[in-house]
Amino acid sequence: MAFLARALRQSNSRLSSRCPAVAASCRWISPTAAAGSPEAGAAVAPADPELPPPREPVGGARVELPPNPEDALEVFVDGHAVRIPKGFTVLQACEVAGVDIPRFCYHSRLSIAGNCRMCLVEVEKSPKPVASCAMPALPGMKIKTNTPVAKKAREGVMEFLLMNHPLDCPICDQGGECDLQDQSMAFGADRGRFTEMKRSVVDKNLGPLVKTVMTRCIQCTRCVRFATEVAGVQDLGMLGRGSGEEIGTYVEKLMTSELSGNVIDICPVGALTSKPFAFKARNWELKGTETIDVTDAVGSNIRVDSRGPEVMRIVPRLNEDINEEWISDKTRFCYDGLKRQRLNDPMIRGPDGRFKAVTWRDALAVVAEVLHQVKPEEITGVAGKLSDAESMMALKDFVNRMGSDKVLCEGNGPNPPADLRSNYLMNTSIAGLEKADVFLLVGTQPRVEAAMVNARIRKTVKATQAKVGYIGPPADFNYDHDHLGTGPQTLVEIAEGRHPFCSVLQSAKNPVIIAGAGLFEREDQDALFSTIETVAKKFNVTRPDWNGLNVLLLHAAQAAALDLGLVANPSESIKSAKFLYLMGADDISLDKLPDDAFVVYQGHHGDKAVYRANVILPSSAFSEKEGTYENTEGCTQWTIPAVPTVGDARDDWKIIRALSEVAGAQLPYDSLSAVRDRISTVAPNLVHLDEREPSTISAEVKPPVKQQVSSTPFKTVVENFYMTDAITRASKIMAQCSATLLKK
Amino acid sequence: MLPPAARLAARRLLGLASASASEAAGRRLASSPIAAAGYSAAASRGSVSSTRPFSTALNYHLDSPENKPDMKWEFSEANMKKVNEILSHYPSNYKQSGIIPLLDLAQQQHGGWVPVAAMDAIAKIVEVAPIRVYEVATFYTMFNRTKVGKYHLLVCGTTPCMIRGSREIEDTLLEHLGVKRNEVTSDGLFSVGEMECMGCCVNAPMIAVADYSKGSEGYTYNYYEDLTPKRVVEIVEMLRRGETPPRGTQHPERKNCGPAGGNTTLLGEPKPPPCRDLDAC
Ligand code: SF4
Ligand code: FES
Ligand code: FES
Repeated sequence: MAFLARALRQSNSRLSSRCPAVAASCRWISPTAAAGSPEAGAAVAPADPELPPPREPVGGARVELPPNPEDALEVFVDGHAVRIPKGFTVLQACEVAGVDIPRFCYHSRLSIAGNCRMCLVEVEKSPKPVASCAMPALPGMKIKTNTPVAKKAREGVMEFLLMNHPLDCPICDQGGECDLQDQSMAFGADRGRFTEMKRSVVDKNLGPLVKTVMTRCIQCTRCVRFATEVAGVQDLGMLGRGSGEEIGTYVEKLMTSELSGNVIDICPVGALTSKPFAFKARNWELKGTETIDVTDAVGSNIRVDSRGPEVMRIVPRLNEDINEEWISDKTRFCYDGLKRQRLNDPMIRGPDGRFKAVTWRDALAVVAEVLHQVKPEEITGVAGKLSDAESMMALKDFVNRMGSDKVLCEGNGPNPPADLRSNYLMNTSIAGLEKADVFLLVGTQPRVEAAMVNARIRKTVKATQAKVGYIGPPADFNYDHDHLGTGPQTLVEIAEGRHPFCSVLQSAKNPVIIAGAGLFEREDQDALFSTIETVAKKFNVTRPDWNGLNVLLLHAAQAAALDLGLVANPSESIKSAKFLYLMGADDISLDKLPDDAFVVYQGHHGDKAVYRANVILPSSAFSEKEGTYENTEGCTQWTIPAVPTVGDARDDWKIIRALSEVAGAQLPYDSLSAVRDRISTVAPNLVHLDEREPSTISAEVKPPVKQQVSSTPFKTVVENFYMTDAITRASKIMAQCSATLLKK
Repeated sequence: MLPPAARLAARRLLGLASASASEAAGRRLASSPIAAAGYSAAASRGSVSSTRPFSTALNYHLDSPENKPDMKWEFSEANMKKVNEILSHYPSNYKQSGIIPLLDLAQQQHGGWVPVAAMDAIAKIVEVAPIRVYEVATFYTMFNRTKVGKYHLLVCGTTPCMIRGSREIEDTLLEHLGVKRNEVTSDGLFSVGEMECMGCCVNAPMIAVADYSKGSEGYTYNYYEDLTPKRVVEIVEMLRRGETPPRGTQHPERKNCGPAGGNTTLLGEPKPPPCRDLDAC
């Protein structure tokens, strides 16, 4: 009796303590209300006057209903009717209705696992709450997302998830952007009943990029599915079972994928975090700047998170047409290169061979003076692979004004096919690759040249069993492919219909040919491209409704440079140069450069070319300037300055503009918009932001090619994925990656 | 975090509670007919551990001289035939369905445990990434990923067997063999593990003996039921001598899983229903 009285008193006091909470937020769900709810819910008709107004779809998403009305169905979410295409899950239906369902394991780009149970909702006539992510929506389904049953189910799931979770948010890097944190605040209970010991799990070594604190893992298996389905490295798995379950590789193994950093983003908790970013900053201290990446020609959309003058990390931004929501490890982790080996003062090499810092005025005066001492045709300007369109325009105008036409961009080869845009762009567009059913890769290793394009190809191969044929040196692929050959002969065989792969191409509906930009550097490139065109014509690769003939470019500056006409022959221009202006160009061969040539290096990093430079002019990196870049599919995008530039550095085009004034050949623009006006007269597509200007299909205006294809096999163009340009070469993280992750 | 004094007090309290609990259990059992018949349950394991039991096996691989990924491992020629037989049960695009039987075969061939190299070999046969095989092998506790004895003794630890004294059986075994759980005796003959209910509760307590001494051809997996600590030692000694103890119930008066001393009910033929009793008409 005494016990009963005590129990009553206790429950009374507990109840009363809950009352304020009820009044404040209505988060408390009493069991009695929950039990009575199915009937109560059933009574809610769409016409209920108390029904909250319908909401907009989550994230402003648009749903495309199939043209055939039979393929759409209607369900009711919290009493509102929504129309959705057949095959949508209950969770997707709720999203269309504007109800965001909490979830951990569901990810729209991965397969459905249905193992976290956070997405439970109530469905009328179903005896239990259903996992909405794994349940297909059926016509007329009445889904209820905020009934007491659904709320209680979520609280229960949350209680289980937190059972073994260490709750170490104060020392967790995910804190502040953690799904578990957010959802336990929004949907969890404020109490738990678990009083025993929590388990702990041994941390795994996944390499220099991903830090693991496996005790925090909630076994959602997103990382396993990402590695298997998107990255294509089957290394991660779910080991053990029950409470001993853990994520791991079993045999110690580093994650050798170029996309491994993305598991940091998809892990809903702090189990997988960024190793270089560990304990560096809290995410709410960071300022996000939405910009684009320039480490390859894809132009992945990124957000640069900075604190004060320092770039703290880089994370992806959603762009369905380009990078979806992934980025490569190079894009994500090259940022520490922005802080190292930077050039911050103008410098002149003294007679003793050492650089001395000088003022801008002095440096420009010296350069201008030398400029006037050489003959106009001995002036050569070279744009580097990270240059933006504005600075290339300025460089070209300036060199032209000085009387020379020798301006080029590195990587474009002796005679780039710059006449028609369709000759150097990815005409199918990156997203368009998903419609292809046969790929022919000629001299390109997309996995290292453009990881995001490779991810698209892999996605297509996975989804539609598209066939991939590859001609080139042995390379790493993460999807099934036929290695057809190593040299141009194979290509010729295909063109002449003598190769077994022809039958595959013949039966293809939407064939795609991707030629690597590495071919530009070959002597026989004209012959090669005309052979490729023969193949294209033979197998109907270009039709009015389908253009499958592509070139995959290598660097961020390349497309814009070809648009703007920076196409001089590098070896001739360098051989005859007495005055060489390198605008961030480090990878061009200077062997043939005459010894008495005067070299000006304008750039942001003390990289290869600095050793030969006579004058150094410091400029700002992509994270510090506003610049236009065109990616490999011809989409124009801007970088936005995220941090102030270092030292005395200036934007590239401004330096050239200033130099032109000192040299007495003043360029007619003083502002960015004026430069862009000038660009629009040369290449109007470069001022249409975020638009992909499709190239028109090449007309038959080409002169017949007399060149013969040589028998030299194709070369590997990118030897080290992690170090391709001045920024990535300066990065310590990238150096670590190439030391540990590259296959020797 | 509690202050030290409070923590000490809490620990004392826990100790007291567990001691009295085990005492009570002992008393209850002593008065029960089971205990009187000589099947006394383990009341000695008094301490209630405050941690949850986890699988003793690690869920990751550590290199050791006999277990390394770069070792070579192959199915024997005879077993390769069996492998093909097993694979023929599954459609060729679902070869991975054969992972479990293949792991079992590998375990028999390799003296009771599967090294990583064997898992890799299986992954190659069924054409999946090795991690997919590791996942399966770590999921099922009957796949041993570390060395076991030639005779792997598995004591059932689930409730019916536990009530009937399985803990005492295990303690006796461990003491007799001088090993810890999942440890192999120095002569490599025995190891003791624990299993959950093996469906033999009616004759509890029981152990299963996996006999790997004769390779996959002579592999047996026998149950020994109705055990007493004395009997289990006898069984171990018989195994050590190379004899095969009679499998099944060890109760002298029981036949298979019938009641000890013979059937007591349903002895005659069933009577016909009264309406069919024609004599009565
Ligand atoms: S590590 Fe992260 S992504 Fe992977 S299963 Fe655990 S919680 Fe999910
Ligand atoms: S999101 Fe539905 S079960 Fe995890
Ligand atoms: S409990 Fe031991 S066999 Fe069932």
